[in-house]
Amino acid sequence: MGENKRATRDGFGDAILEIGKTNPDIYVVDIDIGKSCKTGAFSKELPAQHVNVGIAEQNGAGVAAGLATTGIIPFVVTYAVFGSLRMGEQIRQEVCYPNLNVKIACSHGGVTPANDGASHQSIEDMGVYRTIPNMTVMMPADYYAAKALVKEAANTYGPMYLRFTRDAVPVIYDENTKFEIGKAKRLTEGRDVAMIAIGDTVHLALEAQKELEKAGISARVLDMHTLKPLDEKAVLDCVRDIGRIITVEDHNILNGLGSAVCEIAAEAGDAKVKRVGIQDQFGMSAPYERLLEINGITVEHLVALAKQEW
Amino acid sequence: MSNIGSRTKRGGKMKNVSVEELKERAKELRKTALTMIYEAQSGHPGGALSAADLVAALYYRELNINPKEPRWPERDRFILSKGHACPIQYAALGRLGYFEESHLHTLRQEGSILQGHPDMKKCPGIDISTGSLGQGLSCGVGMALAAKRRGEDYRVFVLTGDGELDEGQIWEAVMAASAWKLDNLTMMIDNNRLQLDGPCEQLIPHLNLTQKMREFGFETYEIDGNDMGEIVETLDKIKASKTGRPKCINARTVKGKGVSYMEDQLGWHGMAPDEEQYRTAMEELERGL
Repeated sequence: MGENKRATRDGFGDAILEIGKTNPDIYVVDIDIGKSCKTGAFSKELPAQHVNVGIAEQNGAGVAAGLATTGIIPFVVTYAVFGSLRMGEQIRQEVCYPNLNVKIACSHGGVTPANDGASHQSIEDMGVYRTIPNMTVMMPADYYAAKALVKEAANTYGPMYLRFTRDAVPVIYDENTKFEIGKAKRLTEGRDVAMIAIGDTVHLALEAQKELEKAGISARVLDMHTLKPLDEKAVLDCVRDIGRIITVEDHNILNGLGSAVCEIAAEAGDAKVKRVGIQDQFGMSAPYERLLEINGITVEHLVALAKQEW
Repeated sequence: MSNIGSRTKRGGKMKNVSVEELKERAKELRKTALTMIYEAQSGHPGGALSAADLVAALYYRELNINPKEPRWPERDRFILSKGHACPIQYAALGRLGYFEESHLHTLRQEGSILQGHPDMKKCPGIDISTGSLGQGLSCGVGMALAAKRRGEDYRVFVLTGDGELDEGQIWEAVMAASAWKLDNLTMMIDNNRLQLDGPCEQLIPHLNLTQKMREFGFETYEIDGNDMGEIVETLDKIKASKTGRPKCINARTVKGKGVSYMEDQLGWHGMAPDEEQYRTAMEELERGL
């Protein structure tokens, strides 16, 4: 693992500028928090492809839908909590139902807007979008994954939700790492336990895996960057090869990655799953790492859980 | 990805239609829409009938469209933001040949292209799916903005209800249209004064609506939305306008227009007529009240 830490919103900002320069149909629809979501450079360098609707999420969603009907590929950019819940029904009605090529690209996923408090932390968003037909839901694990998946999203037709971190998270990939939407990355092999993680928690699973290795426990780590469509085969491989799965996410344990994995495992009927994530409780103003700790989203907890009998 | 097509003008064939003929068309649309609702025993007659004259004027005279090529990139757009009034739009699309007229007998049935609310994936000629109120104007703003950015000269017409103006998103869209000087956008308000739970005036009054729209930066017109002559005259003025501002037609209409027992009645927002009521309605629509 690299020593670097970078926020995944930076990966989005860099990627969207890059692809915007090569494709005039790529637009950014900002909702007055573009600077914070890293579209500042895009707005300056590509003003003809940039729209700012002001503090009006619902209109932003509809404007993006209207743009998309003409072949434009709009990225609606805001914070995860607003990009899911404040405009959720507009996205359902005007983007997902008519299956338009609109991307919702949100910074401030999970508890990363830590000191902003519960109003800005987003623990429900992926669950909401996971249940809307036609929608793809992704959370890259690091800066390079964010860059790569933003490019994949731009090149793949359909409504998509991309969730980024406000806070810096460790860089685990490099510029050349390839990502495929809907295909989990198996980062380590393992026999004793599987850890399936998404977004900013992938590095925690990797650190836990190293600790476990020292204790003679072999852990398989999956980066499940696409929550929907879920890589069911990758989950089923864990069910059949290992039978003990820990899910890790910076999202409510209800209806996020933990739920999605449980659904597959339960139908397969041959595995036990433990869910590590936000414990169905609101956050508060506190350091990001502290908020994770309050919810048991830590390397120590993952290691302890993996060592337990269950 | 780009779906910009040839720049040849392929629409615009139905321009010189007289007011008298448009009145006939509106009558035909009313009868068709009511028949659809009667056959389906489901639908929203009140708001379909109030909007019939506006819809007829758009489809038979104003819009630069080509029914043989519903997705022609340079076509004018029409968004029925008050999606529940769709039978009146379906009637126009069917009569113009966007689809076989036999579909007009399938409203709200399983497998139909004519969903309870307009579905752009199923029905040719629908420019955006609607049904959840308050959202169509934002989509129209997006389409009008795309035209400006790409130097296209198509226009966008959005028909909203007046009850629908309760939705905050409408005002977000109004402010954006004004800020971006979308003079290619026309918002038409089917101001029939009634919403589901009661008269708009008693629920959330919209107060000086025309004035409000003017102060929001729109070029405004307040007309009798069931008077074809006034509608045509207004559309002509809008076409000739050089103010550079988005347009708003506040069209005073009568809910259930043309059917005596439905006119101005709350109960006919979302109810289908029975056989006897249907027969009466068709007679009244044919001869006029």
